[in-house]
Amino acid sequence: MSKIAVTSEGPSLDDQIDPRFGRAAGFVVVDLESMGTQYLDNGGSQVLAQGAGIQAAELIARAGVSCLLTGFVGPKAFRVLAAAGIKVAQNLEGLTVRQAVERFKSGQVEMAQAANRAGR
Amino acid sequence: MIVAVASGKGGTGKTTVTASLAAVWDQPVTGVDLDVEEPNLHLFLHPAMAGCEPAYLPVPVVDEARCTYCGACSELCRFKAISVMGQLLLTFPEMCHGCGGCLAVCPEQAIAPGKRELGEISWGRAGAAGFLSGRLRISEAMSPPLMRLVKARLQQMLAAGGGDAIIDAPPGVSCPAVNAVLDSDVILLVTEPTPFGFYDFQLAWEAFSPLGKPLGAVVNRAGLGNDAIYQFCREKGVPVLAEIPYDRAIAEAYARGLIIAGISGRLQETFISLRDRVRHLANSKAPRQAAHA
Ligand code: SF4
Ligand code: SF4
Repeated sequence: MSKIAVTSEGPSLDDQIDPRFGRAAGFVVVDLESMGTQYLDNGGSQVLAQGAGIQAAELIARAGVSCLLTGFVGPKAFRVLAAAGIKVAQNLEGLTVRQAVERFKSGQVEMAQAANRAGR
Repeated sequence: MIVAVASGKGGTGKTTVTASLAAVWDQPVTGVDLDVEEPNLHLFLHPAMAGCEPAYLPVPVVDEARCTYCGACSELCRFKAISVMGQLLLTFPEMCHGCGGCLAVCPEQAIAPGKRELGEISWGRAGAAGFLSGRLRISEAMSPPLMRLVKARLQQMLAAGGGDAIIDAPPGVSCPAVNAVLDSDVILLVTEPTPFGFYDFQLAWEAFSPLGKPLGAVVNRAGLGNDAIYQFCREKGVPVLAEIPYDRAIAEAYARGLIIAGISGRLQETFISLRDRVRHLANSKAPRQAAHA
């Protein structure tokens, strides 16, 4: 478990978590050992009429992350994430990316069993 | 000739107008309910049903034994209804539009057509008129695919038996509403002369006038509200083809599921004159297109 993705309003550890998953501005991918970051822009998903969550899930799956920290996830995206073996922690809105990662490292976030937002 | 009866919002009397127009039509005609999310034309036409069948959309079913996870299907699908990540393939039949693109593009012939039930199509006769209707399955999110199937059946019926069709289109200006009027020869916009009615009428005019089809207005509950609609129609060159008065007897007939063209001689004349004017409008050229097109 070395890389995790965090939905973010901007590219750095001190940006706010974007509560949305599929339509998040982007993802900060954090290497837990080095705390090095990489930013994935999610603009491509934002323009989709449907399936933004699926596309976003594909994006972070390709980046090889094992876990996602975010606010809300819909059922379809959750299915893709689960199938790709990515664990999900929800309801982390209001924190910065760094705060969320630290919480995660200290074992204070709970892994979700299901999506916390109804699909359309 | 296909007449589409539309309105910018629900509850303007669109279905009543459709039913009455079908009732006074003096040539073979089929009344078609394309408001598949909430079909209610049958409540007014009281058709004797002759048949009913489920309607399906072809959705991909992947044979993973053949699939090489090349990703061609997923790259092609702009609806994200099929997703490939590494050695993992997922389909989302509820998001599929049934275009068949993934099936055609798969180099391994690993994809076969499955089905998603969209709803049902039923048909019958209401007196002299034919009747055709679609009803979307509860929890089915997309209506255009079912509407396409209803329209295809209408084309078959018209090809076999001839005659005209009057379509009860879904209210609003969304994709299904525009879809419903696309192959019509003339569009009737039913509205009421209230501020809300006027607002939605303008939206409907903006959505439908770029289609370049002859377009006329029917003012329901005339006498209510103000004359903003009439002024707008004058400016845009939209003929007001009929006015249906605001009247208690009409409201009662409506509540009882009666065809209002049948409740008084005057209303019957109103609809006969509407019928003739619709025909005339359909045969005329479309009004010159608005500058914003
Ligand atoms: S049929 Fe069309 S919409 Fe459906 S999954 Fe295939 S490409 Fe996508
Ligand atoms: S195109 Fe065919 S072979 Fe390629 S991933 Fe899709 S189903 Fe598999």
